[in-house]
Amino acid sequence: MKYVDEFRDGGLARTIAARIAAEVRPDRTYHFMEFCGGHTHAISRYGVTDLLPANVVMVHGPGCPVCVLPIGRIDMAIELVLASPPTPLRKAGCGPSGRGPSRSLCTYADTMRVPASGGLSLMKAKAKGADIRMVYSASDALRIAREEPDREVVFLAIGFETTTPPTALVVREAAALGLTNFTVFCNHVLTPSAIAHILESPEVRDLGTVVIDGFVGPAHVSTIIGSQPYDYFAEEYRKPVVIAGFEPLDVMQAIEMLVRQVNDGRAEVENEFTRAVTPEGNARAKALVADVFELRRAFEWRGLGKVPYSALRLKEQWASFDAERRFTMTERSVADNKACECGAILRGVKKPTDCKVFGTVCTPETPIGSCMVSSEGACAAHYTYGRFRSEASTA
Amino acid sequence: MCLAIPAKVVELRDGDLAVIDLGGVRKEISLALVEDVWPGDFVIVHVGYALQKLDPVEAQKTLALFAGLAASEAVA
Ligand code: SF4
Repeated sequence: MKYVDEFRDGGLARTIAARIAAEVRPDRTYHFMEFCGGHTHAISRYGVTDLLPANVVMVHGPGCPVCVLPIGRIDMAIELVLASPPTPLRKAGCGPSGRGPSRSLCTYADTMRVPASGGLSLMKAKAKGADIRMVYSASDALRIAREEPDREVVFLAIGFETTTPPTALVVREAAALGLTNFTVFCNHVLTPSAIAHILESPEVRDLGTVVIDGFVGPAHVSTIIGSQPYDYFAEEYRKPVVIAGFEPLDVMQAIEMLVRQVNDGRAEVENEFTRAVTPEGNARAKALVADVFELRRAFEWRGLGKVPYSALRLKEQWASFDAERRFTMTERSVADNKACECGAILRGVKKPTDCKVFGTVCTPETPIGSCMVSSEGACAAHYTYGRFRSEASTA
Repeated sequence: MCLAIPAKVVELRDGDLAVIDLGGVRKEISLALVEDVWPGDFVIVHVGYALQKLDPVEAQKTLALFAGLAASEAVA
């Protein structure tokens, strides 16, 4: 496929690898964190680490929206719909237990398998009778609300800056259509705040410190927000950032650019993904998001705890489309399974293989922690593409 | 979840919609988040929406960078 295959060329990969090998200083180690799950996936899938010198270490970051969604938020979503079994269509306002029409929850596929409390997940809640539907796009959720006016349709919105503009669009469309049965349970989070949190959070004292010499910056998030929001890290924390595309050659090129910055003692924002990322990003998308959403004072991330100003909620003006305002939903915080090391993995402090249940109790089919759920989670990526390699090398 | 793919726009439809071609598979997506897109353009598609246009000149420059060529040689 055009703009995909050329960026996966094995010969060129070896050319870049040779350049990296020639440029690294033998007397030091380079630790680079790829923030995005998309990069984690590419690195595992294409064996990028095998092409890097031993003193260039890639640290997996928290950048998978599924992995950082805390148990409490999924519990809230399940509670919202589980008490409302799917019943034949009936008139609005006269559902079971006198609480109005039955509710449907629509969400992206990856969210379905995230482990929640009491052995539940959205998938298991669905099996128990809750009306939970997988949608490909936010507009599918809106379409369901239009087609089934007797139901309360709640869109469980998750994701970073890439999925936020579509959510903003459907809220405005729902308003324009005068829909009264459509709401959004908003779990949109912001990338730059999470990166800042990793660099300065007090919990590093408990979990250990991770050395980071630079960041491979998000690709698709940056198509929306641009490269400018990262200037702050370069200036404030003296960390180089290279925005990179998600193909293996993009990642390798970004690593070469990071090595050069470190060697030169520079800390700048550079853009390897110029084919889709500009300094300003997508103005139209940013304006839509600014119209519909405002910052939350704090939001809990799975593994990172409460991160200040790191998430969005609907503005007062759109309150009637906000599930948290429309229904009684109690905020809660639920600790991860004790065996799970996701918290340390999301911060780059530990590797998937450091977790006792990795690949035994916890697999992509039976995830215990969220890092095992989506193919962009560090544990799932390592299980799917890296497990046999590391087993072979330790044998 | 964050993965998005470059795809070619083959047809514009009413209501900010377009048909894209993904290696032979056709799909309808929304162009509501982007401006000035025409058939033949490539866009980055995610959850049914085009997030950004793909700049073919910049893509060429990046490929040249991989090979160790100066960007000017690539577009010349
Ligand atoms: S292997 Fe499973 S339980 Fe362990 S850290 Fe990864 S996701 Fe969590």
